[in-house]
Amino acid sequence: MSLWNKHAIFEKNSIILLLGVLIVISIGGLVEVLPLFYLKSTIEKVEGVRPHTPLELAGRNIYVREGCYTCHSQMIRALRDEVERYGHYSLASESMYDHPFQWGSKRNGPDLARVGNKYSDDWHRRHLANPRAVVPGSIMPAYSWLAKTELDAGKIDQDMRVLSMEGVPYSDEMIAKASLDLKAQSSDDDAGAADLVKRYPKAAARAYGEQKGIVTEADALIAYLQVLGTQIDFKIYDDKANLR
Amino acid sequence: MSIASHESEHVDAHTGTSTTGHEWDGIRELNTPLPRWWLWMLYGSIVWAIGYMIVYPAVPLVSSYTKGVFGWSARGAVTAELADLQSARAPMVNALAAASFADIEKDPKMLAFARAQGKAAFGDNCAGCHGAGGGGSKAFPNLVDDDWLWGGKLEDIQQTLTHGIRSADPQARAGNMPVFGEGVLKPTEISLVADYVRSLSGLDVAKGVDLAAGGKIFAENCAACHGDNAKGNLELGSPNLTDEIWLYGSDKATIVEGINKGRGGVMPNWGERLDAGTIKALAVYVRTLGGGR
Repeated sequence: MSLWNKHAIFEKNSIILLLGVLIVISIGGLVEVLPLFYLKSTIEKVEGVRPHTPLELAGRNIYVREGCYTCHSQMIRALRDEVERYGHYSLASESMYDHPFQWGSKRNGPDLARVGNKYSDDWHRRHLANPRAVVPGSIMPAYSWLAKTELDAGKIDQDMRVLSMEGVPYSDEMIAKASLDLKAQSSDDDAGAADLVKRYPKAAARAYGEQKGIVTEADALIAYLQVLGTQIDFKIYDDKANLR
Repeated sequence: MSIASHESEHVDAHTGTSTTGHEWDGIRELNTPLPRWWLWMLYGSIVWAIGYMIVYPAVPLVSSYTKGVFGWSARGAVTAELADLQSARAPMVNALAAASFADIEKDPKMLAFARAQGKAAFGDNCAGCHGAGGGGSKAFPNLVDDDWLWGGKLEDIQQTLTHGIRSADPQARAGNMPVFGEGVLKPTEISLVADYVRSLSGLDVAKGVDLAAGGKIFAENCAACHGDNAKGNLELGSPNLTDEIWLYGSDKATIVEGINKGRGGVMPNWGERLDAGTIKALAVYVRTLGGGR
C-alpha cells in the first residue's frame, strides 16, 4: 500500500478528518498572518497619528451606528486615479487606533479617508440635514435627526477604557478627563482647550454646532469627519521609507 | 492510484471503464478519469503560481520577505506612475507656475491648459459646496455671476483659494457679520433695519414701515462694513446689499436671522491640500466662469 492510499484513514474517521482540516488551515493562516507581526518592513514609520479625542470618538461611534461605512470607504488605494482625486493613499498606520477600522468595501458615496478640512462645518451641517441642499444630485439619505439629538457621551470614558485594552494608548489621565476634554473641544472658548491639545496634539476645539451649550450628535460626527486623514503631514512624510 | 486498488480490478463491461470496487446491490461505481483538459489546466495553474511567487513579492522570511525578480511593489508602482504623470505635465505646469496671470491670459495654449486643469480640480474639490457648474447654493457663493465678496481679480481669487476664508490659516480672509441679537439691537430695531435692507434692492416692504428709522439704524450699525451706500466692501467681504444677489436668501426671516445670529461661512485654505500650480489653474478657471471684476 503506497502513501497515496493512506487517505482512507481520514475518510473513515471524522475526528481525524477534523483534526487534519484544522492543521492544514492553521498552517495557511500562520504563514500569512504571523510574519506581519515580526517583519519590521511591514510596520510603517510615521509621525502624527494620535488616538481620537473623546468628541471625535463619540462621533466615530455615531458614524458606525448609522452605518456610514456601508456606503463610504475610508481607504484610498495606491492607484493613480484615487491619489489624484482624494489625495495621498491611505497608510495602515492611519487606522491603527480604529477598532474596528472603517476601511469599508463599497463606495456608493465618495471615499472619506481625507475628508477632514475639505468642507466647512456649516457645509457638513447642511449636508447631513439634507444632502440635496448642497449637492443636488446626491443619493445620500438625510440624517436630520443628528442635529436635533443631544449627544449622550456619558460613557465615553468606558469606550476609551475598552479601546485601551485593545492597545490604543489612552492613558489613565485621558480616560479620567474624558468628559472635560469632550466639553472643551465642542466650544469656541473653553478654558480646557489648552489641556486638550496637550493630550491630543492638533485637536481642533471649536463650536461645531450652532446651538450654544448643547453638543449634538451631528457636532460629534462633524468633529470626527473633520479630523479624518489630517493627522499625518504629507509635506514632511517620507514616502520612500515605506515603499512596498 | 484508485481509491480501492487493493481490491480486485473490475472493468464495467458496458462502458469499458474500470470501477472503484464499491458495490451496492450489484451496482458498481465507475472510476471515470478526470478530463485531460481539466487536469492540464490544474497543472498549468500550479506552475503559474510558482512563477508568480518568483516574480512578485511573496514569501515571508525571518527578517524580510522575497521581493520578486523586478522588485515590484504597489506603492512603488503608484509612485512611479505619479512621477510619470508629473513629468508629462511638467512643461505646462512649470510654465503656468512661472507665468504671471497677464501672460496666461495672453497665451491661448496656456489659458486652455489652465482651464482644463482647473476644471478637473474644481470637480474634485470645489463642486461639493459651489456646485458642479459653480452655481453655488444657500450659504455657498455662486461663482458663475460676476459678483465677488472678496474680489474677482485673478490675484484675489488665488489669495482666497490659498488661504481660505475664516479658515485656520493665519492669512485667511477674516471678518464676519457680527451678532446683532443678544442685546445689541432690539428685535423691533432688527425688523426695521431688515425692512430697510430689503428696500435697498427694491424688494417689497410691508406698508407703514418706518424706512427712515431703519436707515438710521443701518447708518449707525451696518454702514461701517457695508458702506454708506450699502454697496459692500471687498476688503471685508461684506456683500453688496443693493443688488439682487443673496447668499443666504432675500426673504425677511432669513435677513433677520442673519442680523440676529451673525454670519461667517468658512472656506478651507486649499494651500494646505493643493499645490500652487493647481490653485493658479483653479483661479483661472473660476474667473472664466463668471468674468472678473
